[in-house]
Amino acid sequence: MTAGATGGWHVATVVGARPLTRSARELTLSVPGLEASSPGQHLDVRLTAPDGYQATRAYSLAATGQAERADLVVDRVPDGEVSPYLVDVARPGDLMEVRGPLGGYFVWRPGDPGPVLLVAGGSGVVPLLAMLRARRASSSRAPFRLVCSVRGPADAIGREEIDEPTPGVEVHWVFSRESPPGWPTRPRRVADDDLAAPGFTAADGPDVFVCGPTGFVEAAAALLTGLGHAPDRVRTERFGGA
Amino acid sequence: MSIVTRGFGGRRDDPGDDVPPGQFVTQDFPVLSTGPTPSVDEAHWQLAVHTETGAAHRWSWDELMSLPAEDVTTDIHCVTHWSKLGTTWRGVSLDTLFADVETSADFVMAHSYGGYTTNVPLQDLLDGQSWVAYEFEGEPLEPVHGGPARLLVPHLYFWKSAKWLRGLVMEDDDQPGFWESNGYHAYGDPWLEQRYS
Repeated sequence: MTAGATGGWHVATVVGARPLTRSARELTLSVPGLEASSPGQHLDVRLTAPDGYQATRAYSLAATGQAERADLVVDRVPDGEVSPYLVDVARPGDLMEVRGPLGGYFVWRPGDPGPVLLVAGGSGVVPLLAMLRARRASSSRAPFRLVCSVRGPADAIGREEIDEPTPGVEVHWVFSRESPPGWPTRPRRVADDDLAAPGFTAADGPDVFVCGPTGFVEAAAALLTGLGHAPDRVRTERFGGA
Repeated sequence: MSIVTRGFGGRRDDPGDDVPPGQFVTQDFPVLSTGPTPSVDEAHWQLAVHTETGAAHRWSWDELMSLPAEDVTTDIHCVTHWSKLGTTWRGVSLDTLFADVETSADFVMAHSYGGYTTNVPLQDLLDGQSWVAYEFEGEPLEPVHGGPARLLVPHLYFWKSAKWLRGLVMEDDDQPGFWESNGYHAYGDPWLEQRYS
C-alpha cells in the first residue's frame, strides 16, 4: 500500500461502462500509477464537483491482478450521493480519483490451496466475483463454492458469468423474494443446507468469505458458526446500518 | 483540486466544519466487523487490565455496573468515510478503571472477545477521552455494535473503539493491532486523515 496520510490519489479515467442489472453497473477505469490489487480488496473513489466540493466512498474491486486498471461494480443506493452518479451519469472519458488498493484481510490469494466457501448477499457478490475471476484466471485448483443470495433473477449481478461451468467451482443460487420460472424451490432465505455442502463443511476447514448487507452477513455468519466453522476462518464484509 | 468529475454536483447535506476531511454524515449506524459477531454472556463477561509487571486488575459485569458511569455525547468517524454526529453513550471512563493501575508503559493493546486487537497510546485513553461503553442511545449496546461493552475512543477513527472489549494490555512499544497490521494507520486521527499506513 502506498497511500500516505492524505496522499496516494490517482487520476482515473472511465474507459468502459456496462449495465449488469437495473441498479448495478460495471465501470472500468484506467488509472496510471495504480498497483495491481488482490481479490477482495477495495478502492476509495473520490468525485470532485466543478466548485471543488468532493465526496469519497469505498467500493470493492470486481476484478483484480492488473496494474493501472480498476473494475468496479456499483449498485445504486437509493438517495445515495456517489453511487447514483457512478451508475447513471458517468461515461467513458469522465475523470475521478481513486486510492488503493486497500484492505489486507478480506483477501483470497490464488496460491491458497484449501477449499473456499463464498457467501454473497446482493451486491456483496462483488469482491467474491473478484475471487472467482482470479480463480478462473489462475492455475489454482482450490475447490470453490459460491452461494449467491439475491432478491430475484433481475437483481442477480453477473449471473451468466458466474454460472459459467468451471471444474472445481460450484455455484448455488438462493432467491429470497422471487424465483425464476421453473426454479425448483420457492423464494427463501439462506439456510444450513445451502452452506453445508460436501467438501465445504466445517470439517473440511474451508476459508469462508461472507459479504453483503449487515443483516444478511449477521444471519449467514451465525449459521456458519452454528455449523461448526471456527469464527476466525469466517471473514466478513458488511455494508449498511443495523 | 486537480480534476473535475463531469456531471457530478454532490448532495451537499454535509454540515461543514463538524466533519473531518473525506467524511460524509450518515443517519444509519453501519457495521464493520472482520468476522462473525461473538456472543458474550454478561454472566461470564470479564474485563482485565494487564500491566507490564504482570499485575492484573479485573472487573466482572456487576463490578463494572457498580462503577460511576458517565453519559457521553460525541461524533464518531469511521475510516470507511462515514461519520455519525451527536451519538449518545453511557459507560465507565478509563480514568476510573486506571485509577489504581500502576504502569510506566506508554501504549495499550485493546483485546476483544473474538480475537480482534487495536493499539492506542495510553495518553489517548485518559483525561476524559475514552470509555468502556455499554449503552447506546439509551439502550443496552447491541452485540452487532460491540455489546455487551466496547471501547469508545471517539477522537480516533472508530476501528480504535474495539467492540466486545475483554482486555487492555500495557505495552512498552507501540505494536500494531489487527487493522494496523493490515494497511491501516498506527494512530488514526480523523482530522489529519490518518487512514492508511
